[in-house]
Amino acid sequence: MKTEATVILDGVGVRRALTRIAHEILERNKGITDLVLVGIRTGGIHLAHELAGRLEEIERAPVPVGSVDITLYRDDIRTQTPVLPVGKTEIPFSLEGKRVVLVDDVLFTGRTIRAAMDAMMDHGRPQCIQLAVLIDRGHRELPIRADFVGRNVPTSRKENIQVRFDEANRPVEVFLEKN
Amino acid sequence: MVFKHKDILGLQNLTAEEIELLLNTADSMKEISKREIKKVPTLRGKTVVNLFFEPSTRTRTSFEIAAKRLSADTLNISASTSAVQKGETLSDTARNIEAMKPDIIVMRHAISGAHHYLAKRVSYSVVNAGDGQHEHPSQGLLDMMTMREKLGTLEGLKVAIVGDITHSRVARSNIYGLTKMGAKVFLAGPPTLIPPGVERLGNVAVCGRMRDAVEDADVVMMLRIQLERQGKALLPTMREYSRYFGLSEDVVKLAKPGVLVMHPGPMNRGVEICSDVADGPNSVILEQVENGVAVRMSMLYHVSGGGPTE
Amino acid sequence: MDILIKGGRVIDPAQELDGKLDILVADGRIAGIGKKLTAGKGIEVIDARGMIVTPGLIDMHVHLRDPGLEYKEDIVTGTRAAAAGGFTSVACMPNTKPVNDSKAVTGYIIAKAAAEGAVNVFPVGAVTQGSKGEHLAEMGDLKEAGCVAVSDDGRPVTNPELMRRALEYAKGMGILFISHAEDLGLAGDGQMNDGFTATELGLKGIPWVAEDAATARDVFLAEFTDSPIHIAHVSTKGAVRIIREAKARGVKVTCETAPHYFTLTENAVRGYDTNAKMNPPLRTAEDVEAIKAGLADGTIDAIATDHAPHHLDEKDLEFALALNGIIGLETSLPLSLALVEAKVLDLDALVARMSTNPARILGIDRGTLAQGAVADITVIDPDARWTVEAEKLASRSKNSPFLGREMKGRTTYTIVGGKVVYKAG
Repeated sequence: MKTEATVILDGVGVRRALTRIAHEILERNKGITDLVLVGIRTGGIHLAHELAGRLEEIERAPVPVGSVDITLYRDDIRTQTPVLPVGKTEIPFSLEGKRVVLVDDVLFTGRTIRAAMDAMMDHGRPQCIQLAVLIDRGHRELPIRADFVGRNVPTSRKENIQVRFDEANRPVEVFLEKN
Repeated sequence: MVFKHKDILGLQNLTAEEIELLLNTADSMKEISKREIKKVPTLRGKTVVNLFFEPSTRTRTSFEIAAKRLSADTLNISASTSAVQKGETLSDTARNIEAMKPDIIVMRHAISGAHHYLAKRVSYSVVNAGDGQHEHPSQGLLDMMTMREKLGTLEGLKVAIVGDITHSRVARSNIYGLTKMGAKVFLAGPPTLIPPGVERLGNVAVCGRMRDAVEDADVVMMLRIQLERQGKALLPTMREYSRYFGLSEDVVKLAKPGVLVMHPGPMNRGVEICSDVADGPNSVILEQVENGVAVRMSMLYHVSGGGPTE
Repeated sequence: MDILIKGGRVIDPAQELDGKLDILVADGRIAGIGKKLTAGKGIEVIDARGMIVTPGLIDMHVHLRDPGLEYKEDIVTGTRAAAAGGFTSVACMPNTKPVNDSKAVTGYIIAKAAAEGAVNVFPVGAVTQGSKGEHLAEMGDLKEAGCVAVSDDGRPVTNPELMRRALEYAKGMGILFISHAEDLGLAGDGQMNDGFTATELGLKGIPWVAEDAATARDVFLAEFTDSPIHIAHVSTKGAVRIIREAKARGVKVTCETAPHYFTLTENAVRGYDTNAKMNPPLRTAEDVEAIKAGLADGTIDAIATDHAPHHLDEKDLEFALALNGIIGLETSLPLSLALVEAKVLDLDALVARMSTNPARILGIDRGTLAQGAVADITVIDPDARWTVEAEKLASRSKNSPFLGREMKGRTTYTIVGGKVVYKAG
């Protein structure tokens, strides 16, 4: 079957969206006090670092960035044969009382976010958890909503959305694949 | 890379890629034990049975903690409490346990190949926690994980394994695993405790003297010597054993600076290893224990997905 | 009923006979052998064109497990397995329960075999009482009762002084001594051949020197006492060499090997297959070649199976707990025919090792198709292909490493004393 790819957000668009999200995060949290970013492996990690860079530029102080691999929290683990590889979770700071912003590239069914929130809870008790995504493509299967969205893209279930990163792990573009 | 085996019976029948996958997963698992809540929900609803026909506090506890950190239900059966004492065969024991619908059996057995026997006859996964003088894959993996963690790679390492090679499942699993991962293994021990053809098990050299094995080594792994072997045909005395094959500070100096000193435990202090070395700066013996939990979590995780029978 | 076997290739090394001939059997004996014999009225004619006709095969080393261990095998099932394998005679080892160290047990075996057995059974009595290696058994009595040899098979006679006296005594009583040559101290609690594979599998090894040292001792004692000795189940290169050299200097030594020792190596143990566990253990490829060479040059006189039936419960176990031994009666012929295919032996030499020589060594009036001899005959289809399947084996036990293996060559008729006791089909 032939796959057709359409660019829905180019480099400039991605950068603009991230900058806007960074400002929204600051506005909502009234600065960076107690703020931490946790990227969901792997696209979310790169985006979290992008956001952290912008936050630091604006606030002149660093924001801690962690990463989470949600494989061990998946709800479909029992049906996976064989099981999926497990990536590293690196949150080298306490989440106790922190304002956690989870970062992911694409929000779809919401199951990944559910798993990531469970993982956060196992690291302590944050003050709150917020969600930032570059793309929200709809089709939620759980009652989950993003706090910060780069762009809403209505899709069909058969379509696939990919965020492409360059060798330095910087986002290049977002494209939509139709099967 | 995916892990396709139903069971983990040994490192001999795993590929380098599969071993690497198990080690990578173990690296990821290690973080869980450092959290405040040391538990992930991965194996929720799964039952892991620890079936130990030989006493072993260390390995059994480590597997039990590993299973619990993955949220599996665990059950310990030891030989002294089981029907084995009443003459029940392994086959019957296995079938009885199967009727209780376990998902994974972690077994320690005194007979080499007991796990191969079991794995062929049951539908659940069998994880080898040591079979006779054959293999002890979780020990081999945790040793490799520790080496990789400390030295960055296994490729090209010179690893000396010293002691009773003949009766050591730890040595065999390390030989299979390490040589597949590109390390070179140097064995030393009393000539009565070096088994025939051992140099053909992998990239292995047998050294007559301990110093030849230890010289320029990146890792020195001491094996436990069974005290009951002395005074019979295999060894004259522990005194002489210790003189020729015990690890002292002087011998450690022959190795590379920063050499890792390992021991699978339990140690006979003053026999195969002197306390200064066991507790010294080069010793990673406690790290080995810590990594044991992570490696066993990785093993349990990878067999939990099921897959084709070996 | 009289039988005419027509058109087969008749091989009888005892008469140096090899040709397309007919054989007439009447009143249980060979009544005639020649070209174009004709059948009279009421005679059963066996069309043996394309077949090989040999004196009935003789297995001089089997365990019938009767009396006492009938759950593994008994005289009825064991002799049926023998008949299916083309054997018209078997010599059964004394490690039964009780041990055959008395004329009572010997008498029981002979009577039961005569009444219910499919083939001739020649008992082997014990060397020592209870095969315990302490006191000599009543060898004179055993011989009179019908034993053709003595052996403590399954165990060696460990005490060299006792071994010496046993050889002297057996010689005086005119009974053959069959030695299980194994140094128990060197064998220890080994489970397979000592070497690379044992190291790999973590199994304790039985070194070849356990067999070689014992063989050398027994050969020297036979030489010293000037007694005949037959070495059972030879499996090592060294034992073949020791026996070859002993024969060359005139020691009255004969020996046998078993098909598994020239067919399989220690590799068969991989995967912890308990059906590859026996004593002596399967050895290396080098040993297999030496066994073949020994068969070829006549150092090894006989092929015997060491048929050792065990119940599934004694084999379906962890490797170290499984008992030693495999069944062999029904696979010996095709495995031995493979030696002919591989040009190790010609057919005449093979028949000599499976019939003529065992008869001579045991001193029994069998192993020939000479006119007037007892009509024990085996008819073989050398080209028939078949697969070894547990459910089709006549033996009560199924402990064979050859299950599932394709075989070439099988018995079509087994005739004992002029009666067809087995017919393929």
